[in-house]
Amino acid sequence: MTIHVDIVSAEASIFSGQAEMVFAPAEMGEVGIAPGHTPLLTRLKPGEVRLKLSSGEEEAFYVSGGILEVQPRVVTVLSDTAVRAHDIDEASALEARARAEQTLSDKSGQIDYAKALAEYAEAAAQLQAIQRLRRLAGRS
Amino acid sequence: MAAGKEIRTKIKSVQGTQKITKAMEMVAASKMRKAQDRMRAARPYAEKIRMVIAHLAHAHSEYHHPYLIPREARRVGAIVVSTDRGLCGGLNANLFRAMIQRLKEWEGQGLGIEVCPIGNKAIGFFGRIGARIVAQASHLGDRPKLEDLIGTVKVMLDGYSEKRIDQLYLVSNTFINSMTQRPRFERLVPLEPDPAVELKHHWDYLYEPEAKEVLDHLLQRFIESLVYQGVVENIACEQAARMVAMKSASDNAGKLIDELRLVYNKARQASITRELSEIVAGAAAV
Repeated sequence: MTIHVDIVSAEASIFSGQAEMVFAPAEMGEVGIAPGHTPLLTRLKPGEVRLKLSSGEEEAFYVSGGILEVQPRVVTVLSDTAVRAHDIDEASALEARARAEQTLSDKSGQIDYAKALAEYAEAAAQLQAIQRLRRLAGRS
Repeated sequence: MAAGKEIRTKIKSVQGTQKITKAMEMVAASKMRKAQDRMRAARPYAEKIRMVIAHLAHAHSEYHHPYLIPREARRVGAIVVSTDRGLCGGLNANLFRAMIQRLKEWEGQGLGIEVCPIGNKAIGFFGRIGARIVAQASHLGDRPKLEDLIGTVKVMLDGYSEKRIDQLYLVSNTFINSMTQRPRFERLVPLEPDPAVELKHHWDYLYEPEAKEVLDHLLQRFIESLVYQGVVENIACEQAARMVAMKSASDNAGKLIDELRLVYNKARQASITRELSEIVAGAAAV
């Protein structure tokens, strides 16, 4: 008897295959899942997901949290890609907001830059045209 | 033969440009394949979460998460995904044109607008038109990380929870094939319920901890993964568009070289003919 296991994260599929037993670090303590387990949905803590393969070997994957979904024949680990905590999320949100404020505050600078670039392109084109005209005039 | 030398240098310089555009084309082609692989690798996660969310929404019809309840729209938020660099044809321009049209529609309906640009081009664009930028991210590279997006997505989702915005859209390019990419507007919140899932017989999970908490957790992950997918897909679009743009640039350089060579040969022939006739005329005079 084996159970199908998928370990996926938002960025990649990490493992997909059969296993005899799955151990995962659930929020309320480590759980062991054997084939035919009742449907279960739980959050995972950072830790190791271990698989007992039918060959008798054990394989371990580190997850930094996520969700474990169990159905009688399928186990899915929806792994997070990084350690997540409320504070960390909050900090990165603040960072994103700060970046936006910075853009808004030196908006004048950016507009000037874009304008300068446009003026430069125009001047360069004019210069080129003048040079071409002069060359034509010189030749005739 | 002053004109001949000038043309020769010109041909050399165009050949140099052609070499660069050809190299860029090949680099873009290989990067596009890798980006497509990443796009595919990211899909199972979102699909799985979508299934679980659909199940939860059906099995627990008494608990309604705010992300699942539509409300009257007064302010709209948009996460706009663009590229960091240019030289990719009209990809960003097309997206921004579609976006401007949408912005006008929203403004016509009297809706307030908040944007969250991702990528340098969008930041520059929205900065120039003076939109309300509440968060931003750039320099994600060819292999973007979900962590770099968490903050920006959270700002927008918090905005929804705090009722600063009533709808959140994701604006990015869809990869149809390597020749076509199309702008897409996808509503992230409120989520549209998936009618495809129907519970044949009632069964439910054991939850640890509460169903509510698990659902909250899942919904946030789901939206993050959708934005991540949008970003990865946009990279595939960027590389495809760059590949096509560089290919046509190389072709144009080739044409230019052919034309220049024709002019050069004509000039060379003319100068030889002139010299010959001068010699003949000289000999006849003697």
